[in-house]
Amino acid sequence: MECYFDHVATNPLRPEVLEAMMPYLKEEFGNPLSVYPLGVRAREAVEKAREQVASLVNARPSEIVFTSSGAEANNFALRGIAMARQYEGKHIIVTRMEHHSVLNPARFLEKLGFAVTYVNPDRQGLISPDDIKKAITDETILISVIYASPEVGTIEPIKEIAQIARERGITFHTDAVAAVGNIPVDVEDLGVDLLSMAAHQFYGPKGAGALYIRQGTRIIPLIFGGIQEGGRRAGTENVPAIVGMGRAAELAKEELPQRVEHVRGLRDKLVEGVMNKIEAIHYTGHPDRRLPGHASFCVEYIEGEAMLLMLASKGIYAASGSACTSKALKASPVLLSMGIPAHIAHGSIVFSFGMDNTMEQIEYTLEEFPQVVRRLRELSPFAKGWEGVEEEGRCTPKK
Amino acid sequence: MYSKEVMDHFMNPRNVGEMPDADGVGVEGNPVCGDVMKLFIKVKDDRIVDAKFMTFGCGAAIAVSSMITEMVKGKTLDEALQISKEKVAEALGGLPPQKMHCSNLGADALRKAIEDYKNRQKKN
Ligand code: FES
Repeated sequence: MECYFDHVATNPLRPEVLEAMMPYLKEEFGNPLSVYPLGVRAREAVEKAREQVASLVNARPSEIVFTSSGAEANNFALRGIAMARQYEGKHIIVTRMEHHSVLNPARFLEKLGFAVTYVNPDRQGLISPDDIKKAITDETILISVIYASPEVGTIEPIKEIAQIARERGITFHTDAVAAVGNIPVDVEDLGVDLLSMAAHQFYGPKGAGALYIRQGTRIIPLIFGGIQEGGRRAGTENVPAIVGMGRAAELAKEELPQRVEHVRGLRDKLVEGVMNKIEAIHYTGHPDRRLPGHASFCVEYIEGEAMLLMLASKGIYAASGSACTSKALKASPVLLSMGIPAHIAHGSIVFSFGMDNTMEQIEYTLEEFPQVVRRLRELSPFAKGWEGVEEEGRCTPKK
Repeated sequence: MYSKEVMDHFMNPRNVGEMPDADGVGVEGNPVCGDVMKLFIKVKDDRIVDAKFMTFGCGAAIAVSSMITEMVKGKTLDEALQISKEKVAEALGGLPPQKMHCSNLGADALRKAIEDYKNRQKKN
């Protein structure tokens, strides 16, 4: 049985989305800036997509700027606001729950002379609004907090933090890539200034993302050139991908309640079964405040990449934040910052569900996964406990 | 990303388990990623007659452990000491570059097991 349980990595393209994109990959190839009908139709298609995406997050169409990806949207937000407000102050606040596409721009800005505070989460991956408040200085111009963690599923208190930022006149950005299309997101209710999203996280195409920019927010472009996207993002629009993102947003809006219910049912069944059948296992992230289709664990005494490989041989595709799975051979900074010791983080495994998953797949996984764990524990010198590595293996997160 | 041989040794690891009557034991922790391998050898007339392992680590680390226990069997201690991480990787049909250090783990655990055996001999 094939079970794709890595929806935080990417999602399959919905047939309806492909259908909407097709004309723009073929005969409707016009440049949206051209004045003849072929160009006008492309322009109209892009504007329709803008309305669809805006509607999904309750924004105005003019507040949506299309980008090539969620990563570009994050880069644009951090660097664009830092450049626009650098003369008012040079302090930025981010958290240790962030994606690389927020952390690395933040590090880049440090090199340019900005000061960055990295706020730690608690054991369940939650960022405390109080800790954000404490990190604010007179120099703070920007706060960026991830909406929902693809690694541990935790949903952050965005509304409370946005409120704090607003009171102090600080621009607030949230990376909502893992959230938009999977849970209800409303920029008006949240009170955020900027919000990043990516189409392939909700059954749209890769290569399409967007940044919501609240009206009146001053931002410097990341890409200079022509007047596309109101001069905020140059480059001929990727019309088919944008059209696909629009259609995917429209579908997400219609189906959101069913989607949430479907993946939550699968997730709850998996979590219950796994926690019953496997010993020495931890459910990571927040137990309730989390993405509905997200289950993440640390399985003690074994390593994540080995689990992934053995699961893959059974047709089950999942993810891990273990050191051995990462290119840098470092355990996931998110897990470590939550205070999970390195040797426990080694057994990280993440299952994330989508509309293409079924209850049969969960039942199959509940048969296979415990066997994979048992087989790997038979190989492990620690199967009876963490003798001898307790001290060495422990990791103290940076304060 | 892994060769057929790596997958074979990972999915069907040879010589797994503790060896209560081992003549030498080598434990090596991997400073790079935090993995641990435990290698047991049984020695007769300066020749390794049996080997077993227990490994906490990635697919490559498990395959390396399995392969190295196969490679040492029947070798004299001096021959076994010639087994380098490159030779283990080669026997496995190659390892991805970022996984070469897993191969180190095996070679170092073996060296420690042989050392342990020699130390025990001295004491007797
Ligand atoms: S043992 Fe960690 S990467 Fe292989």
